[in-house]
Amino acid sequence: MSTTTGPGPGPTETSAPEVGARSLTGLLRGLDWRRYIIYIGFVVVFMVFAVTLGDRGFVSSNNLLNIFRQAATISIIAVGVTFVISCAEIDLSVGSVAGLASVCTAMAISNWGIVAGILAGLAVGVVVGAINGTLVSMLNIPSFLVTLGMLGMAAGVAQWITGSAPQPILDDTYNLIFGGGNFGPVPGLLVWMALFVALGTVVLAKTRFGRQVLATGGNRIAAEFSGVRTRRIKFQVMLLSAVVASVAGMLYAGRLESGRFQWGAGDELSAIAAVILGGTSLFGGYGTVIGTLFGSLMISLINNGLILAGLETSQQQVVRGAIIILAVALGRRK
Amino acid sequence: MSSEESAAASRLEGRDAAVRMRGISKSFDGVRVLTDVDFEVRRGEVHALAGGNGAGKSTLMKILQGVYSLDAGEIEIDGQPVQLSSIQDARAAGIGMVFQEFSLVPTLTVAQNISLGVEPLGRAGLIRDREAVRQARAVFAEMEVDVDPRAVVGDLGTAYWQLTEIAKALSQQARVLIMDEPTASLAKHEADALFELVGRLTQRGISVIYISHRMEEVYRIADRITILRDGRRLLTKPLTEVSPEEIVQGIVGKEIEGQMSYLQRNAYGDVGEPVLELRDVTAGPRVQGISFQVARGEIVGLAGLMGSGRTELARVLFGIDPIRSGSIVVRGVELRLQGPQDAIRAGIALIPEDRRAQGLILDHSVRENLTLPLLGRMRRGPLLDDRKGRALARGLIERFRVKVADPDRPVRRLSGGNQQKVVIAKWLGTDPQILVMDEPTAGVDIGTKNEILAAIRSLADQGMAVLMISSEYPELLAVSDRVVVLRDGRVHRQMDRAEIPDENHLQLVVQGA
Repeated sequence: MSTTTGPGPGPTETSAPEVGARSLTGLLRGLDWRRYIIYIGFVVVFMVFAVTLGDRGFVSSNNLLNIFRQAATISIIAVGVTFVISCAEIDLSVGSVAGLASVCTAMAISNWGIVAGILAGLAVGVVVGAINGTLVSMLNIPSFLVTLGMLGMAAGVAQWITGSAPQPILDDTYNLIFGGGNFGPVPGLLVWMALFVALGTVVLAKTRFGRQVLATGGNRIAAEFSGVRTRRIKFQVMLLSAVVASVAGMLYAGRLESGRFQWGAGDELSAIAAVILGGTSLFGGYGTVIGTLFGSLMISLINNGLILAGLETSQQQVVRGAIIILAVALGRRK
Repeated sequence: MSSEESAAASRLEGRDAAVRMRGISKSFDGVRVLTDVDFEVRRGEVHALAGGNGAGKSTLMKILQGVYSLDAGEIEIDGQPVQLSSIQDARAAGIGMVFQEFSLVPTLTVAQNISLGVEPLGRAGLIRDREAVRQARAVFAEMEVDVDPRAVVGDLGTAYWQLTEIAKALSQQARVLIMDEPTASLAKHEADALFELVGRLTQRGISVIYISHRMEEVYRIADRITILRDGRRLLTKPLTEVSPEEIVQGIVGKEIEGQMSYLQRNAYGDVGEPVLELRDVTAGPRVQGISFQVARGEIVGLAGLMGSGRTELARVLFGIDPIRSGSIVVRGVELRLQGPQDAIRAGIALIPEDRRAQGLILDHSVRENLTLPLLGRMRRGPLLDDRKGRALARGLIERFRVKVADPDRPVRRLSGGNQQKVVIAKWLGTDPQILVMDEPTAGVDIGTKNEILAAIRSLADQGMAVLMISSEYPELLAVSDRVVVLRDGRVHRQMDRAEIPDENHLQLVVQGA
């Protein structure tokens, strides 16, 4: 049972040539580039489009502004969804909540004026969010099921009360403020987007509420044992998500000068894709709003580039799907 | 090596090595974790592996399980050189692991878990469930234990989980079993049954690598012990040739003076007014009319068997489970606890039993974990001030001597002992007046355990009322000024420390003899 060192060079000799390789991988690991994959990916995709589509006006300021404009509503919805997913829940109802809010706002404006319209839109978010939140936090029904049900209900109500007809908004002030006009030289939509992203970033990263959301998503039991009221936190994120979605619906209404049940339909999937692309953990516990912003910009960027490249809608869907899967796969945390 | 040769405790005379690891070295991010470690286990041997926090035990075992690759060194299994680059490789080579955190699927049956991944298939590729049950039954018969293969794992107690784990490894032809703190969650008779099982397994030529911080167990079942310190092998000896003091010293690296014996503290004791008073507290079947008091500066030990209601009582005290009747009084004020936040506000802190599930958010950083209960103190207006958070965390890390390279790295990366220190430090940050600890030293090495016990004493000296639950009588007796014994959810006995001559006496009282 002797433990004589085996034949061949001792460990000190063999380790010498490995040091270089190891410190390089160590350095790469130290950078934790996976966390920043969305930013790297954004730059790479942007460069590729800039080079290949430069002659088709990809880099024109007008087109760049377009990319932002198209990303705006999704980004705003995705800010709310970032909180929900960071908390290890999901909200599938955001798209149809936006649609319902657009409809209610439009109808209230034509009957009682602009203030009533804004209140009606927000009320949609509050009511739906409170229902979602109560069912998830008090009755412990999985948010996936609750919001899947709510997705259908909100869309159904919006279609029902309007008889499937678009509800025009003739109030110019409303349309101007909610996404239709410009604030100075800047399109109003971008201001709204910047406002929500900034607020979301600060709240998630810099407030007690945000920290408690992440803690609840990371380990609900440990958070509860640490004095976090995790039920209340879950209720609050569901509420927040729906209210933010209702604001997005009001922006649809302002930009398109009407309320319609289709506005926002399908946005839940784009928003979730943006959140996950942005590096928020699908299992909760980690999330960033800035990442989410770049996630939705990335989706918008890809859409825009593929259109300029002349791909058909069907082809766009395939390429977009592939890019999203690739980005998420690269950014997967070990 | 000469002592080792001579030692070859008669049982092992002439046996071949089942596992031989030579010159193992491993670094993470440029930090050396293992340096030129030799480790050998013979066929049919129970080989204890010991070492303090960060000594390299887990890393060495993870290399053997194929989880980590080695930087230098070689591994032979049954005399054949092997490359273990995945868990599958290790399993194929005959290495089985009985996990500390179990690796079973609770919703599947015992038989389904055992055959997971190697299900017996019939024609058309369908699983033959009856065959799986038969195979499971055969393994249990070989182990000479009685477990129903059709039972759903989640419905069984932890002792059965462990048996299922062992059966799973054996059914995959494991010849070397790694057991990491296998008795941590077992009651005494269950642990005894496990030791008997280990004895039977070694008879059949199966080797066991046994990791435990409990000295009696090591002496009871192990043939030899290897101690690691700072990533190097300190010694390998038969247990007949090594004294407990030598082992402790080897692990800790220095002489430790009587931490495990009771120190008469300068306690407030009977002069202190009761800080915490339980009056006929009832909540569920395991908390049935419990009454006792804890004074300022007093450490009260809570003893009892598994299921006697200790943990359940701690949960009620911390507002996790509701109180049915009776009252909890803190400094003369009756508490109405709606949840942990109310308990925290009343100055109660709970160090929970399971640090991974209840105490920590493993993927979050040390700093974030430490400051979670303190967010209220980091506010500047509506925002959190991370500089304050960093300072708070740094203070707690220093005060509790937690070994962390970088407080911003995930707490998952720390060793078990350091994780436990983070849990304790996290709660001390709230400056509680009443500290409730549920198994505060579970799964930590002897050095950290001593530090924790010393800290508990000094907290009590500063006036904190401490209620400590522990299944380890030596440590319970080392710190408690008074011991409350629970049985079937009721207070069975209350004893002053002076009334308890030794741990055997306490053991008898707990078991109701």
